[in-house]
Amino acid sequence: MSKFHITATVNGEAVEYLCDPKQTLLDVLRDELNLTGSKEGCSTGDCGACSVTLDGRLVCSCLVLGVEMQGRSVETIENMTEGKTLHPLQQKFLEAAALQCGFCTPGFLVAAKALLENNPNPTESEARYWLAGNLCRCTGYDKIIRAVLETAADMRGAK
Amino acid sequence: MAGYEGKQFKWVGTRPVRPDGVDKVTGRANYGADINLAGQLTGRILRSPHAHAKILSIDTSKAEKLAGVKAVITAKDFPAMHNGVLPGDEGVNFHYLSSNIMARGKVLYDGHAVAAVAATSAAIAEEALALIDVKYEVLPHVIDVDESMQPGAPLLHEDIFTTGVNPKPEKPSNVVQRIQMALGDANAAFKDADIVVERSFKTKAVHQGYIEPHAVVAEWSEDGQCRVWCSSQGHFMVRAMTARLLKMEVAQVRVMPMEIGGGFGGKTIVFIEPTAVLLARKAERPVRVVMSRDEVFRATGPAPGTSIDVKIGAKKDGTLVAATGEFRYQAGAFPGSPVGPACMAAFGPYALANLQVVGYEAVTNRPLCYSYRAPGAPLASFAVESIIDEISQKLNIDPMEIRIKNGSKEGTQMVYGPKLKAVGNLECLKAIQNHPINKIPLGPNQGRGLAAGFWFNLGGQSSAVVNIAEDGTATIMTGSPDIGGSRASMAQMAAEVLGIDYAKVRPIVGDTSAVGFCEITHGSRVTFATGMAIIEAAESVVKQCRERVAKMWEVDVDSVIWEDGHARPAPGSTADNQKPLSLAQIAAKASRTGGPLVGSAAINAGGAGPAFGVHICDVEVDPETGGVTVLRYVAAQDAGKAIHPSYVEGQIQGGVAQGIGWALNEEYIYGADGRMQNSGFLDYRIPVASDLPMIDTLILEVPNPGHPFGVRGVGEVPIVPPLGAIANAIARATGARLFDLPMSPPKILAAIDAKK
Repeated sequence: MSKFHITATVNGEAVEYLCDPKQTLLDVLRDELNLTGSKEGCSTGDCGACSVTLDGRLVCSCLVLGVEMQGRSVETIENMTEGKTLHPLQQKFLEAAALQCGFCTPGFLVAAKALLENNPNPTESEARYWLAGNLCRCTGYDKIIRAVLETAADMRGAK
Repeated sequence: MAGYEGKQFKWVGTRPVRPDGVDKVTGRANYGADINLAGQLTGRILRSPHAHAKILSIDTSKAEKLAGVKAVITAKDFPAMHNGVLPGDEGVNFHYLSSNIMARGKVLYDGHAVAAVAATSAAIAEEALALIDVKYEVLPHVIDVDESMQPGAPLLHEDIFTTGVNPKPEKPSNVVQRIQMALGDANAAFKDADIVVERSFKTKAVHQGYIEPHAVVAEWSEDGQCRVWCSSQGHFMVRAMTARLLKMEVAQVRVMPMEIGGGFGGKTIVFIEPTAVLLARKAERPVRVVMSRDEVFRATGPAPGTSIDVKIGAKKDGTLVAATGEFRYQAGAFPGSPVGPACMAAFGPYALANLQVVGYEAVTNRPLCYSYRAPGAPLASFAVESIIDEISQKLNIDPMEIRIKNGSKEGTQMVYGPKLKAVGNLECLKAIQNHPINKIPLGPNQGRGLAAGFWFNLGGQSSAVVNIAEDGTATIMTGSPDIGGSRASMAQMAAEVLGIDYAKVRPIVGDTSAVGFCEITHGSRVTFATGMAIIEAAESVVKQCRERVAKMWEVDVDSVIWEDGHARPAPGSTADNQKPLSLAQIAAKASRTGGPLVGSAAINAGGAGPAFGVHICDVEVDPETGGVTVLRYVAAQDAGKAIHPSYVEGQIQGGVAQGIGWALNEEYIYGADGRMQNSGFLDYRIPVASDLPMIDTLILEVPNPGHPFGVRGVGEVPIVPPLGAIANAIARATGARLFDLPMSPPKILAAIDAKK
């Protein structure tokens, strides 16, 4: 099976890769580009651990094929910091102990960032439904939801 | 160890950012599947499509010829193991363990591994699996524990003869063991009861549901040394079991602990690690094996389904006079069900003079039933707490009063042997009693449920090293995988003893060749036992510092005290004129005072303090659909001493969420063909963020006399009460009590309809 040559933008930089038609975007990120921050928990789009934004839209990278990426742009957890400064969500997750094992954390952060870009002032219920596609088995979501809502308030206050 | 009573802690009890935190919010932290070695192959496992079948033949020749396939293995490649438990094997039957990892002769469940391949790509590995020709003779299967225990049930093993029964059976059966524990004479004491409630319960198997699938990378070098990178709850366990199963020397295997993406008991035994090691040896290349989610559900170690009878008798005033319980727990295809701990923990929250518990374990055609957070206890607790609640309703006594009246406390005789030392059961009950949730009025179709839970907690073997660098900063190392913040608590305890800043302590989880043996991260033992090793190692550093300073000052060691990270002259001692020396100053002179400052400790910690938790929740039941919404949830727990309260809260909240899922919707669903029908997160639905409310926590601190800081394990007991608390809330909301888990909408509707 011959591989496809793809040119895409990953975290703001032009990349080229070869991928076979069965490889998902997640496979490409992890195995071809060595960006292992996005995690595979299910490969069926149910757990959200592989969340990335594709042309600005939140998606599960396990549900996108590597060959679909021609000319498109993806942002992953590896590009969430602003230089050496953690994104306010990253900082809040640390302070609020909103992670335990940390496996779902990259997906939650990517998804929460997309939430706050869409809705800077979410209610608790809106945050819970937005993040319902991200599974966490350690925290019971309490500290994650609080961290997201507090970050939203901080970011609104900072503007 | 003592000397910390009444001490004002500087770091213990605070909430610093965890040392491994930045790596985990930036995607930098490496888990098992993140390793990518040069020349690494992809390993895949062929699994049985049958619940029970004889393997007539396995033909791997076509797969072996496929370009890109570098190794194919079957059970023939695994050494034969002794069928039994040998001294020193910690109760493990390695024949069974090996046969679970790769089926020998028979497949015993849907998903049982029969062969494995390593290939240059995932696509080729999968193509190779399809080329392996396995001929089966399908046998009758049994999924349910009650059916498995019947005479004439399909027999899984020819060599299981029920233990604990008299006379010893002459024929093999699926019943592995019968166990019994008793206090007083329960059956005679029921005559003193004014009310006796007896009920039968059924529950379904559930999975731990960690988000990270099992993952391992294995590599051999030409000198016969083997390296393994994997996520597990104990890399020393992986080393020991792999070496034993493959007849290697233990030190020949070096296991690197990767970050672990959740375990909850499910990563306390090997499933794929020896397979990856064998593939790597045969292929002469590194091999990575990562389970799919489907494989995780079908072929790891979920918690058992059960069948339970509980009978409790009480006086009119609510005094409990007698209780009996019979707990029938599924094992999976091999023995290992946690029915023993279930029997020990079932009635833990109650002081009962007359109690009899009986447990049975029976093998079934399902994946190995193994540990899940407080193994066995939540199911037993669900039954007991449901009946306590029913008694309180029938006697018209407040459900809190009946629990306080009969609550176990210091001095209570436990059915499994010891009397309780200082514990926090009554403190938790009273904290919930005084919580404002009790004043919130309930609306129509709403109910409030209460339940208590108990777990004994473990201690065990741990090692730790505290290395002081030349500038007085510290790296501390243990062999306990950090599953939810234990690096932070280790660093806090070390900082406390050394008297230096938390930020100057860097905690590391060392590999099996870098640090002394540590038992697995389970049984709520790490902060307690490994923490004790850290305290001891740090105390050793302090002692060495005092000795060196005493030499420098030319005084005896008792003239030097340790305070706030400084050696100081003891008041009134001959060293009175000396200026205090900081750890950094002492470290700078280490080369001239005896060499590096290294403290180490290797302990087998006894004195684990039992944990109690009391939960209260409000639910609303939709009478049209039977759907349940959890409106409010409050959990109180005795932590002994919370080293990092945020992560104690996190343990409580996580356990509650898992318990809510267990109560309301999680279950293994099997078809008539014995195959699992919901082996994905879409159909096996764990709670998502929109399913849950905030989970309020109350941390009580009744110090554990067995730990220098008073620590008790906190990780497990939070999953014990939720099943009963939710069931009791539903019973009070609807007037209909459910005896089957999960309490899914169709069952709730049926129960409401039956009441009409």
